[in-house]
Amino acid sequence: MNSTAPLDVGDHQHATFPDGLDLECGVHLPSLDVAYRTYGQLSPRRDNAIVICHAFTGDQYVAETHPQTGKPGWWGRMVGPGRPIDTDRFFVICMNVLGGCMGSTGPRSLKPACAEGRVERWGTDFPPITIRDMVRAQYKLVRSLGIERLFAVVGGSMGGMQVLEWAVTYPHMMLAAMPIATAPFHSAQNIAFNEVGRQAIFADPEWYGGRYWEHNVVPARGLAVARMMAHITYLSEEALTRKFGRRVRQEPKDAQAPEASLAMFGDVFEVESYLRYQGSAFVRRFDANSYLTITRAMDWFDLAAEHDGELPAAFAGTPVRFCVVSFSSDWLFPTSSSRYLVRALNQAAANVSFVEIETDKGHDAFLLDEPDFDRTVRGFLCGVADHAGLA
Amino acid sequence: MRLDQRLIAEMIEPGTRVLDVGSGDGALIDHLFRLRGCDARGIEIDMREVTRSVAHGLPVVHGDADHDLAHYPNDAFDYVVLQRTLQAVERPREVLRQMLRIGRHAIVSFPNFGHWQLRLKLLLSGRMPMTAVWHTPWYETPNIHPCTIRDFIALCAEEGYCVQQWMAVDEDGERAPWRRSIRLANLFGEQALFLLRREGECPPPPEES
Repeated sequence: MNSTAPLDVGDHQHATFPDGLDLECGVHLPSLDVAYRTYGQLSPRRDNAIVICHAFTGDQYVAETHPQTGKPGWWGRMVGPGRPIDTDRFFVICMNVLGGCMGSTGPRSLKPACAEGRVERWGTDFPPITIRDMVRAQYKLVRSLGIERLFAVVGGSMGGMQVLEWAVTYPHMMLAAMPIATAPFHSAQNIAFNEVGRQAIFADPEWYGGRYWEHNVVPARGLAVARMMAHITYLSEEALTRKFGRRVRQEPKDAQAPEASLAMFGDVFEVESYLRYQGSAFVRRFDANSYLTITRAMDWFDLAAEHDGELPAAFAGTPVRFCVVSFSSDWLFPTSSSRYLVRALNQAAANVSFVEIETDKGHDAFLLDEPDFDRTVRGFLCGVADHAGLA
Repeated sequence: MRLDQRLIAEMIEPGTRVLDVGSGDGALIDHLFRLRGCDARGIEIDMREVTRSVAHGLPVVHGDADHDLAHYPNDAFDYVVLQRTLQAVERPREVLRQMLRIGRHAIVSFPNFGHWQLRLKLLLSGRMPMTAVWHTPWYETPNIHPCTIRDFIALCAEEGYCVQQWMAVDEDGERAPWRRSIRLANLFGEQALFLLRREGECPPPPEES
């Protein structure tokens, strides 16, 4: 785990907004970059645009090979020509979130004030952001593309939080919303998991108070541990048993590795090996300060907060058609939180569909092969298009 | 679409807001949306049916009459429909109250336990009757609250609901509905269909002839 992530932001397609963004915390971001990718064609009436909001560690490369990892798009099986989110019909926009590390303004970006002279990164000075800040940054990009109304906003997990925030903040800007495997607020359990991840990063000797780049290192070990723990929460006991059981495998000998002394005749459990791989692959593409910034934004997410805890009030009079989807074995964003959301939407007399997909794959199921889920996405979008008279 | 669903659809004014509780495959809400311009939505307990309905573009939520109606606001709908389900809910009276709280009208259909075949079978065999409509044995049936047409009319009177329209129909829809005599309908009707209103101006109550 001695790999160090490249500290340069890389060259990603993006739009720059020199007027910046007023954040909820009161700080004004002097300049705003939003990195994005689009797929399909915007119709002449500009009425076929779908925004896809990525999850916590996702990015804008939803339906194409990732330029850094070389892996296929994270939702390529859902988005593309003839796919449930059909790019022959819809114009799909996916943006890297504010605070991210794939080209949008975030802790790894340079501070504008220092841009001329000394090169200075935001790092831990990056202001705290919220899910609403992320959505307001996305709104700026969508408007800059000449789109006045979105056909739909779709996303899972933290992407689902953004979908809900879109629907609450800009209800007249969209016809349909698809919050998937998500919740209207971050639960105590999920805040707890996030905190363990953050503490793992802080505990890494190469964290250097968040200014690790000055030492030309990254807190790879802490970030990998955070990822390993989070990854467990994305799966389910059944899925782990099915994939790994108690199988063991021979690990390449590395006397320096702290876990070497625990290996029995060089054997480790496959699940350990898998998690270590997930951890080490993650640190090559993700920034530790972004990890902190974004987990904090998730923790603060609570749609009912500005309505005295009354969630239905957040959706009062909403014209948006909702389709809420949960997965039966998801214990990070369980069906109960989706049902809570659905009941609040019912109380607001919103037009809502709600499906729980039967699966043993846990939270990650929304990224995996689930035919019922595919049919739900395709059918819901077609139904809304029918209603709206979309060609 | 079944005969009783066609009759239900005819009771519903075009362009209104409708909630179908127990929407099944979504045939009624699809019909109401496409042919009558209604804002029609569904609640269904069977997840396979929910997935199929949503995959056909219909607004359906997973839920059930006993637990989910309470979360809708007053007067959210013009009609709340409950098809062939009243006898299977935990608390039929409470479900009716919720239906007429969230909707101006309730449309309720249920299998009639007063049908002559059931009466005769119970009388002659002394065992729980089994017919084409009531086809599961007592220890497995989901129909925990069977009632007759006269029972239902009595409940409506007790609760102060206005019976705006009623009829008895046959299971397979081959024969004409019974509309005149409640006693005859209660003897020969396999399914009952009621259009209720909360209160107010009402046609004279159905006569026990």
